[in-house]
Amino acid sequence: MDGFSSDFSPSASAGGSSKLDTGAIMEQVKVQIAVANAQELLQRMTDKCFRKCIGKPGGSLDNSEQKCVAMCMDRYMDAWNTVSRAYNSRLQRERAKM
Amino acid sequence: MEAAADPELQSFIEAETQKQRFQGLVHQLTELCWEKCMEKPGPKLDARCESCFVNCVERFIDTSQFILNRLEQTQKSRGSFSESLTD
Repeated sequence: MDGFSSDFSPSASAGGSSKLDTGAIMEQVKVQIAVANAQELLQRMTDKCFRKCIGKPGGSLDNSEQKCVAMCMDRYMDAWNTVSRAYNSRLQRERAKM
Repeated sequence: MEAAADPELQSFIEAETQKQRFQGLVHQLTELCWEKCMEKPGPKLDARCESCFVNCVERFIDTSQFILNRLEQTQKSRGSFSESLTD
């Protein structure tokens, strides 16, 4: 405990180090949120595009299936962005009503 | 403990939580509206499809508000949930 507190005591470098700690925590939280969001998107996108593009799973992911998946990924991203914009503008309107 | 009381960190966490809630709903709505609006993914998102997604978001929120209002009203006119449910 003693060693710990003397290493990180604010008096050692007067607030400067605690400011840095907060910044480091915020940075880490941001990275973790970004990773979680990417995983969420990846998982849902894989599910949706598998359903759309792979009718009967064959011996390999053939050329036309790969083309379909590639297109599906792009359209899913488009859809995500459209939904995000629509939801955001609705929130804005709801807020203006209040 | 000290870090949690840091007001800068606290407002940061609040803002991030808010953003995260927004993104979570966008994920959910994209998935839901994809089922309703997307037949076969084409080379681009055409205008009809795009407006379907926009309508889907708007109607989902309308539905959620409608349900909330109606529940509120039934609660008011019939006294309580449990009463109206046992009718």
